[in-house]
Amino acid sequence: MKIAIIDYGAGNLPSVERALRKLGAETERVTEPSQISSMRAIVLPGVGHFGAFVAGLKERGLTPSLRAAQKAGVPILGICLGLQAMFASSEEAPGDSGLGFFPEQVRALPKNVKSPHIGWNQLRHMQSSSLLRDVPHDAYFYFAHSYAAPALNGETVAACDHGFSFAAVIEKDNLCAVQFHPEKSGESGARVLRNFLDSVS
Amino acid sequence: MTLARRVIPCLDVDAGRVVKGIEFEGLRDMGNPAELAARYNQEGADELVVLDISASVQGRATFLDTIHRVSEQLNIPLTAGGGIRKMEEGRAVLRAGADKVTVNTAAVERPDLISALAQQFGSQAVVLSIDVKRKGDAWEPYVRGGRDATGLDAAEWAAEAVSRGAGEILLTSIDRDGTCSGFDCELTAKIAATVPVPVIASGGANTFEDFLAVFTDGCADAGLAASIFHQQTHSIAELKKFLAARNVPIRLSR
Repeated sequence: MKIAIIDYGAGNLPSVERALRKLGAETERVTEPSQISSMRAIVLPGVGHFGAFVAGLKERGLTPSLRAAQKAGVPILGICLGLQAMFASSEEAPGDSGLGFFPEQVRALPKNVKSPHIGWNQLRHMQSSSLLRDVPHDAYFYFAHSYAAPALNGETVAACDHGFSFAAVIEKDNLCAVQFHPEKSGESGARVLRNFLDSVS
Repeated sequence: MTLARRVIPCLDVDAGRVVKGIEFEGLRDMGNPAELAARYNQEGADELVVLDISASVQGRATFLDTIHRVSEQLNIPLTAGGGIRKMEEGRAVLRAGADKVTVNTAAVERPDLISALAQQFGSQAVVLSIDVKRKGDAWEPYVRGGRDATGLDAAEWAAEAVSRGAGEILLTSIDRDGTCSGFDCELTAKIAATVPVPVIASGGANTFEDFLAVFTDGCADAGLAASIFHQQTHSIAELKKFLAARNVPIRLSR
């Protein structure tokens, strides 16, 4: 079975596809709800604006399918804006609803730090993590974002600090998500994707 | 836990080949873009910048193909631009495989372009390039490959661009470019203190100490260079080890 890559109409899908294929995964771009049911796992990549992202999912009728897949236990990996879309809402687009897998609101990075948070940063490991298996504790990952989800007890397995402590890696049941771009994070990022593929195979 | 300073090689591309100019004039062939990209990715570059300096119609189509071929070699971020005048051209660059698009001349002429790109793709995808010459105690942005003066002040222009949504500033000293006399640290410190977004210093890099200076005195978030890497004067891996040994936060593991 294939790995679904959700295509909401923007975002840099080719790099995510290429990274997964290099690791031996078969991928398929998903633009319609009917495609989702036959997939082994779902990757939700995203860059840009929270409002545009959730609107793109809605227009394609993908929002209910993703919620159903989450309830049915299908593994889902959110990347960057894909992580943020798993939350109820975001300060970036206050009126728009996210997927609501987590009830909190995504927040803007504060004014006392450089924003966007662009570049390579390290993680603070908080709990044992399957995505971070065999990843050195001092490894760097590439971040590029102006909003972030506050680090939560329970779901956040690794945090990063930039203005406030935010969720860098989330794992809960069949959901996992990373605020950084594993497809742009060299060997460490490839390891995270490999761990995800191993966990769903 | 600290955001690492970035070392960024730059490929200036004309008609599908990497070239290098000296003070914005006179070009030399430096190799194949995809091959150089693969080498820098392997050596531990933190990001790659590819700039189209041909700016002709045929050059544009070739450039999109170059972006695609370069992006296939990378598992690090890619910034691309040069001669981007419209939103749709920015979109084409991102679709071809770049993570960020850089704008310069057209943004000076129509600052709305910055706002439009940021609204569409997010600030993290929009890099404003500013090419400057020193004028007494200030710096003046130049456009069209460093040929035309704008009458603007670099710090004021950077601040306006950021207020419109630019997520990074790629700051090139025309005076230093290709001269191997070191980064203009006063310039980068001034702009870094002015804007709340990362500043990439460019122009004049020659030695390891130049990078150390721009990350300390220059307060730069990233240092960009071309010829010293193309000519293999320095390996990126050796440069990064040098910086890490002097307590600059640097990503050493690949």
